Amino acid sequence: MKLTVNGEEHDLAAPTLADLLALLEFEGDWLATAVNGELIARADRASHELRDRDRVEVLSPMQGG
Amino acid sequence: MPVFYGTEIRSRLLLGTARYPSPEVLTEAVRRSGTDIVTVSLRREAAGGRQGGAFFELIRELGVHVLPNTAGCHSVSEAVLTAKMAREVFATDWIKLEVIGHHDTLQPDVFGLVEAAGILAGEGFNVFPYTTDDLVVAERLLEAGCQVLMPWCAPIGSAMGPQNMPALRAMRAHFPDVPLIVDAGIGRPSHASAVMELGFDAVLLNTAVAGAADPAAMAAAFAKTIDAGHAAYHAGILEPRDMAVPSTPIIGKAVFT
Repeated sequence: MKLTVNGEEHDLAAPTLADLLALLEFEGDWLATAVNGELIARADRASHELRDRDRVEVLSPMQGG
Repeated sequence: MPVFYGTEIRSRLLLGTARYPSPEVLTEAVRRSGTDIVTVSLRREAAGGRQGGAFFELIRELGVHVLPNTAGCHSVSEAVLTAKMAREVFATDWIKLEVIGHHDTLQPDVFGLVEAAGILAGEGFNVFPYTTDDLVVAERLLEAGCQVLMPWCAPIGSAMGPQNMPALRAMRAHFPDVPLIVDAGIGRPSHASAVMELGFDAVLLNTAVAGAADPAAMAAAFAKTIDAGHAAYHAGILEPRDMAVPSTPIIGKAVFT
């Protein structure tokens, strides 16, 4: 399944968003996730099924002004 | 002290967290500033990366309110999604809403800003909009549900200081009961003092502190001058005159000739 994660192309077998995060070793309760421009809350990651060519964003806190 | 969305704040200085030489310097600057609110951002995390986690811990240890921003967002949808993601990470309804309209000046896209503010307010966010000093836009933002306004005084990071004092003065006069924070463009303590003397409630700074040779000392300097400007406004500032006025009484003056 082709997925774009933070702008990078991946070819992975990740049935759910939680599976994808585990595969790519994203860990921590400070992460926020979106798929195809929609927020996917932490509690919904395990049940959110990914589809071919989904665009996933994984954000974390950063310095800002 | 100012109250933003029902929360009383201990300081009139809000501090950004970007561009500091090290986390230690940032921590010391926050401490010396006495700030009660820091602004933070969200960016892409690298796979397997832990950068965000380290920063998240640092922010939590500061023990201040977190005001996440939507910095760098150029569209309504981008800003709204970023705000929602920030709310989940930081567990706060506060959002510093930026919808940037121009690449060079980083001027707010005020049309997108009003639209995004309305959407976010409708979803329970407490929106701190980074806006221009335009009164009509300010009215629209209040109608959209904002209870705080954050006009720029010069382009972000420019350190130019207040470019349009009459416009800022008019904003204070037109919205006497709305908390007003000058956000962006402050370069030196005298700039901050000048806008506080107009009656603004607070100032949001970043580069002027982070870019100083000694950020912690500069943060302390800003804290003093912001409080001084606020006290002066409430003490009643003398208006300038064209002609001299003797300050020493004429009555009783000796006549020697």
